[in-house]
This record gives sequence, structure tokens and C-alpha cells, in this order.
Amino acid sequence: MNGKVTSISGATVCVDLPDLKIGDRVFVGSSRLTGEVVRLDGHIATVQVFEDNRGLGIGEPVTTAHGPLTVRLGPGLLGGVFDGLQRPLHRLQQDSGDFITSGQDPFPLDLNRTWDFSSKCKPGVTLKTGEAFGKVREGHIDHLLLTPQEGTLAQLNTGKLQIENPAAIFEDGQALPGWHSWPVRRARPISCKLPPTTPLITGQRCLDFLFPMLKGGVSIVPGGFGTGKTVLEQTIAKFADVDVVVYVGCGERGNEMAGLLDEFAELTDPRTDRPLMERTIIVANTSNMPVAARESSIFTAVTMAEYYRDMGLDVLFLADSLSRWAEALREISAALEEMPGEDGYPTYIGSRLSGFIERAGVVQTISGVTGSLSMILAVSPPGADFSEPVTQACLRVAGALYMLDTQLAHRRHFPAINWTQSYSLYSDTAMAHFTEQHAEWSRLQSRCRDILQHEEALREVAEVVGMEGLQDRDRLLMRTAEKIRLEFLCQNSFTDDAYATPQRTLKQIAALVSEHERLSEALKDGVLLDDLLKEDTDASS
Amino acid sequence: MRLAEHQYSSVSAIRGPLLFLDRVFAARLGELVRIETPDGRTLSGEVLKITGEQVLIQVFGGTHGLDAHNTTVSFSDAVMRAPLGTGTLGRVFDGSFKPRDGLPMFIPEFRMPVLGAPINPVARAHPVEFIETGFSTIDGLNTLVKGQKLPIFSCSGLPAREMTDQLLRQARLTDGGPFVLVFVAIGLTHFEYQFYQQTLEHMQSRFVAFINLADDPVVERLLAPRLALTVAEDLAFRQEMDVLVIITDMTNYCDALREISTAREELPGRRGYPGHMYSDLASLYERAGRIHDRKGSVTLLPTVTMPEDDITHPIPDLTGYITEGQIVLSRELHQKGIYPPVDVLPSLSRLMQYGIGKGQTRKDHRDLANHLYRTYAKGCDLRRLEAVVGRDGMLAEDRKALDFADRFESDFVHQGNTRRTMDDTLDTAKKLLDEFREVSR
Repeated sequence: MNGKVTSISGATVCVDLPDLKIGDRVFVGSSRLTGEVVRLDGHIATVQVFEDNRGLGIGEPVTTAHGPLTVRLGPGLLGGVFDGLQRPLHRLQQDSGDFITSGQDPFPLDLNRTWDFSSKCKPGVTLKTGEAFGKVREGHIDHLLLTPQEGTLAQLNTGKLQIENPAAIFEDGQALPGWHSWPVRRARPISCKLPPTTPLITGQRCLDFLFPMLKGGVSIVPGGFGTGKTVLEQTIAKFADVDVVVYVGCGERGNEMAGLLDEFAELTDPRTDRPLMERTIIVANTSNMPVAARESSIFTAVTMAEYYRDMGLDVLFLADSLSRWAEALREISAALEEMPGEDGYPTYIGSRLSGFIERAGVVQTISGVTGSLSMILAVSPPGADFSEPVTQACLRVAGALYMLDTQLAHRRHFPAINWTQSYSLYSDTAMAHFTEQHAEWSRLQSRCRDILQHEEALREVAEVVGMEGLQDRDRLLMRTAEKIRLEFLCQNSFTDDAYATPQRTLKQIAALVSEHERLSEALKDGVLLDDLLKEDTDASS
Repeated sequence: MRLAEHQYSSVSAIRGPLLFLDRVFAARLGELVRIETPDGRTLSGEVLKITGEQVLIQVFGGTHGLDAHNTTVSFSDAVMRAPLGTGTLGRVFDGSFKPRDGLPMFIPEFRMPVLGAPINPVARAHPVEFIETGFSTIDGLNTLVKGQKLPIFSCSGLPAREMTDQLLRQARLTDGGPFVLVFVAIGLTHFEYQFYQQTLEHMQSRFVAFINLADDPVVERLLAPRLALTVAEDLAFRQEMDVLVIITDMTNYCDALREISTAREELPGRRGYPGHMYSDLASLYERAGRIHDRKGSVTLLPTVTMPEDDITHPIPDLTGYITEGQIVLSRELHQKGIYPPVDVLPSLSRLMQYGIGKGQTRKDHRDLANHLYRTYAKGCDLRRLEAVVGRDGMLAEDRKALDFADRFESDFVHQGNTRRTMDDTLDTAKKLLDEFREVSR
């Protein structure tokens, strides 16, 4: 059935088409632009268009897709680069050139590729929605094929499989191809949520040691411009000890995405020695791409992340940046003439955000295995003012805060994580885990915090009386703190130092702390600091 | 395609730069319209919004003299397109692409939509080759590379105009390929225009200029940079030239955006600027770039005047979030008589690391830049201490670092009107660091 366009205001379009549901996908105009129904009023539906709709005219035809906006899930997603609507960008480039044009809809998966499908299921088994019925080998992982609906298996076509052909058939005749669609805004089903217990090793000393993250946890990284959010996110994407990384460039720079793609294409995963791209999915919706697709991009990405989680894998979801998503939501809300809340953001930003962030966690999947979805989300507060609504809404649901500091960034202290204001609620759980491996971990951590905190206080004194005016004890502390800052907390992402194993991290901080303790003991015996330091220099040379 | 031209004289309301037209059949979003005023002038406009048969039109060139009865509007059935071709080279246009240099309009080879299309992220080539600006603080410490967008954050009263002028004259590629400057002036005063005119005259055919003067229509302030970038993309990606787009001043652009947004009764955001300013600015800045397997590039160097010297003001703030770094000018350095007054500590070029070093600039570039930055930062830190305890109360080494900071400003940052080549810049840096060897290592 055909409807038609009745009014157009930017990307918000009203259409006259009966029997639509909220969230339905529609094709707008003669070039079939993708849109989503956001409001219904009688037989007039308000549609948010995800593509550039300049040139769209009143009276142009509108058709419905008879279902919501979905992502296509199946083997071959890993290594892919998609836009906010899951259109494969490489194929888009082959089809329509170097610039993105509207009305293109290539299939996101490679339909010609052949997979080896194997299954332990027997005909007659009844499957629940989201349960696995077999697997194929995708890169380094066993990719479980999951059913999008329940049913009883009648037939399994193991062996060579192209994903559009049925891998299995239900008793009611329903075929299960190698891929299926899933609505982007509906969380995938799980058996139950489990508490997160295992640390997620990022390879960043400052994070792993002072503010540990857990698999299944959520942390946010707010920072003004130039504080290194993107570099931190990308570094974690390279080295985190997870099976799959989903990276969303949401409303950010095109050149950064190009850099990321170049770099990832050349790197190998240190844990599996396979190309890094083999474990990575990239969703790139840069700041000049349509705003509504930016809003949907994080949902597109998180649904793909959940899909891999449901195979019992550890998945890390990185978004850069959530503020751009919130701004897209604000633009859409303003176009709908909704009542604005703080700073013009719609009042539902908090609930929308927590609904999204709650998709993270450790879960028991329908197939009975354990998988985790962790999130590290960058936030770009305007004017580096952390009291703004997006940062605050995130803080209410996130378990860890990695606050990036403009002052540290100006001093070229990277990662510019402010150690006094950042925190991790996962610290205790992670500590229990770490202490098993190294009894000293917790003592070293509190000692290190102590020294850094003391330095802050002493620095104020030193600014008045000068370093010379301080007592030897305090000068030693200042010296150790400086060493911790420069040698331990600073970590250059562009050298071999970019990744530190927990063992190395611990060894390094243990050395710094024990040196400090040795020297403070000596000071207590009445030796002068200058003499002590001189001895050390002589000994080392 | 419509078979006949649609013409209407059913204007129902005129508000600021906006015109409401009733009983319109099948209008298109973004459609270009021609408006004939009662006194026989012709203006152009663009369809912003369509509600059923009512159409909202943004008029380029001001609505003075329009009325509801004798104004006619004709619909073109096409979105706005910029005329393109080699004829643009060496010409000066206004904000609606009319010649401002007294010469006849060139004959366009073809036309492209002025709003452009986003470059597919996978088609983008990462910026790596540097552009020499002739300023040590930029070339040496915040190197500009092809395809980058690097704004200059200035304050009112600082010599941003002189710097822009010098950039127009000095910027060059060291490998000597085809290089063109596109100069966009938004809300320029006549006084400033005269100043730039002389420079443009000496540049012959190496430039294209779009000048929107302070008393020109406000809507054209939004149009000028888009026309310029469409020309730049054509020169870069079709005619394979490296294009440097210099825009001055983005603050006037944003103020125009706020003005139009208010007229459209959009919800104001921070400081009255519209909530979509980030996306709007991104639609300009992100047009910079390089593309795999194509020769040319578009590099963007916009100037932003920070209102009240405030870097957290929405204009510099949103700009900083989109661009790849920033060059920050300092009032303090300017008062010391240092030109260009670039404060290197908050300045940053995010893409510098890819454009310098062996095979690009010089092997020792990275080391020199790191040492200069670190030692100067140390000196500046110590200046605060000096203010409290006085120079005499400080260690000899610290006094030396203070001397370094002063000399860095007077020898390296300050260069007056002379142009420094990359080698000059690096040699100056080396000489300075050698002299202060004991504090700089």
C-alpha cells in the first residue's frame, strides 16, 4: 500500500499512510530513503528520515517495510565497517563512489562466502528464541548460529553453507538461513544477568592499577577537546583482553576514522596473533553524516555486540562519543517540537540512556553459556563542564569514571586521567581477583594513592616556599610522586609502551614504591636526602 | 521533473529573512526559488520547510521591499547548485556567487549542489603530507598537513588579520604541486576588505575568493563558505589540486546562524546558539580531507574570534571538538610585542605526528619539537613561582629555564613579517636548544 508525503521540515517528514506502528521502518520518496515512525496522529505518521532528504517533494510515495528498523546478524560481521544503519561502507563505495549518496541499501553481509556449518543438535529438539543450533568458524571464534524465533528442528543442513540458504528447517516448514534480522531498539533475550567478577585488562597502567574495569561493566570517559578521549578509546580497542570489539565513531571526525581503519588494518591482536580487524566491528557515522543515523548508530552497534555476546564471548563496546548521540536526540526532539528539559535536551534523555547502558552486563545466554558485554563510553561535555546533563545522566548508571583533565593534557600528560576525581566502583571486586595473583596489589594501590594525594597538598606549599623550603621527607615524597606520574601513569600510545601487562604494571609500581620506602627509612636514620640521591646516582653510573 | 515552471504570488507572511507562501503544489525540500520584488528586482531563496500546501522560504539577500501582493515566487524544481570550472580561478565573488571584481561571470563547465555530500569514511585517506605556512610556531610545533582542519583561535584586537594575510601570501607546498588558496571572508568590514584586496591582486590566478561584507545580507554569510567549499572540492577532487581554504571569521558565521535560527523560532541552546550548531559546523569542517587514489586535497584553516577571550564559549568549543587541533593566540604575548602571538602550550595539531620526521620534513623535527615544548612548559610553570619567591630565590637551573622561556618567545615565536622555511624554523629551534643544552635535555 502506498502513502504519500504531506509535510517536510528538515529530516522530519509527515506521511499519510494508515496501519503503521511506532518504530516501523518506512521508505520515503521516490529514492526510497530509510525512515522510522516516531509519532502517530490519526492516519498521519511523523517519520524521522535517516538519509539526506534534500530534493524530497510533497506528494512523493511512501511505503512501509512492515516491521521495525533492524540489523542483519550472521557470520561475516567481524572485520566489517558500517554506517549508523549497518550499510557496509566498502560496498557503498564500490556501488556509488567516494561520496555517500542517499537511497542506497546494500546488504551488510557477504552472501557469496561459504562457511563450514556444523551442529550437535538433533532433529526433534525444541529451540527457544536466541538459542544456538549450530556453528561456523569465523576467524578465531566459533560463531554460533542463533535462532530468531522458537520452533522444533526438523532438518539440519550441515556442511558447506552460504548464509542465504537454510541452515536448518523447523517442523512448521520455517527455514532458518545463516543470518537473521533483529530490531535495533530491542535488547536480545537472555536467561539471566550475573554479577560481573572478572577484570577487563585494558593494558593502560593507570586504569588497570588504580581504576580497574570489569568484564560486563560500564565506564564513562568525559573530557574536553584535546584531552585524548579518542586516542584512549582506540588504544583500549587495540589491546583490551576481549574476544570481540565493537567500535562506534558516533558523530566524530572523518580523518580519525580513516586513521583508525589504516592502523587497525596493519595491527595484529597480541593475544591471538591474527589481524586486529578480525575481532573488530566498526560503525562509522561521522559528524557530517545524517543526524538521525547518528542517533541510531549506537543501537545498531550494541545489537551486533549483543549478538556476539550471545555466543558466550567477551565483547567490548566502545563509543566515541555519547554526547554526539545525545545531541542528535536533542535535534530530533526539537524537530518534533517536544518540550525541552535541561540545556534543551529532551527530558527522557536519562531514561533513554539508562535503557541503553543497561544492555551491558554479564549474562547467562539462552544457550546456557556465559557472555559479557562491557562498555567504555566517551563523553564530550561542552566547555569541559562536567555538570552538564549528558555527563550527569551517564554518571548515574556507569560503574567507573575516567575523568580526563584539560590541565594534564596541556602538560602532555597522557592518558590525561585525573587520579583524584576518577573512580571505579568495581575496584573491590577486581581487587579480590588481583590479590589472588599478587598479595601486594591492594597495599601498593593504597600506598600509591596516598603518595599522589600528599603531593597535591605539598605542591601548594611548595609553590609558596619553593622546593628548597620543604623538609627532606616531603621532598622525597614529591620526587616519588613525580616519578609515579611520569614513569608510571603516563603511557605513550604511539610506542611499544602502549600496552602493559598486569604483571609488568605491578612490577613497575612495586619498584617505585619500594624505592620510596627504602629512602624514607634511611631519612629516618638521619641521612640527608641529597646524599642519598647522590649515592644512588653514583651506584647506577 | 515538472513540465512547466510553477509561479505563485500567494505570499501570506514575511518574517525577517523568511517568507511564507500558501497554496503551493508539490514543492521540494531545499528547492531553489526565484523571487521577483514589487520594484522589479530578482532575489533567490531556498525552501526550508513544507507543511501541506504552505511553504517556508529563506530569502537570500534580505526581504526589504517585499510585500504580500505584488511579490512573485517561481519554483525551479532543483536544489541550489554552484557553477564550477577553471573559470573560478583568480576571481572574487560575493556570498551568492556574483562577481565582485567587476569582470563578467565565467562560463560554468557544470554545477554541483552547494551542500555537498559526506565523504565515505572508508574512502578517506589519512592526512600525511605537510603544508608550509612560513610561521615557526605552526610549521615547527603544530604542523599543518594536507586534508587537516586546523582553526586559529584569536581574540578581538589581536593580529589575526595580519596572520591571515601572511598565510595567503606565504603558504606553499614544498613538493611544488598545483596549489590553490580559497579565501572566504564572512562579515568582513570594508576597511579589512581593502587590506586583503591588495594581497589578492598580487596572487594572480592562485586563488578563488568569496567575500561577504559586513553590510551584505546575513543569509549569504551561511552560503559563502558552502559555495567556497564546493569550489574547493571541485578543484581538489576533479582537477587534482591541493587546496587550502582560509575562512575568516567563523564567529560571524555562527552569529548569522543564530540570527536565522531565531527567525525560524528554533529552540535556542547555549548562549542563544541553535542546538544543531555542532552538526552545522561539522557539515563545513568535515568537507576537508583527502581521498584514496585521488590526487588533490582540501585543507581548512578557519579563524575563530573567541568572544571575551573565552575558549569555552560555544563557538571555539564546538569548533575544537570537530577540528584536528587548534592554534591559540595570546593577548599576553601580543602585549609583549611578539608577532605572531601564538601560545604554543594550548595549541595542538593532532595530525602533526603523521606529517613530520624523516622523508617528510627533517629527521630531527620530532625531537626538536618535543624538547622545545617541554622546556618552554617548564619555564612557564616556573614563572608562577618566580612571581611568588622572586628570581633571586630560585635555583640556578630554574633561572636558566626562565631565560629559555623568554628567549623562546623572542627568537622562535617572534618572527615579525619574515617568512621562515621549514629549515629556517628547525635551525632556529636547534640553535636555541643547543644554547640552553643544560636545561633542555
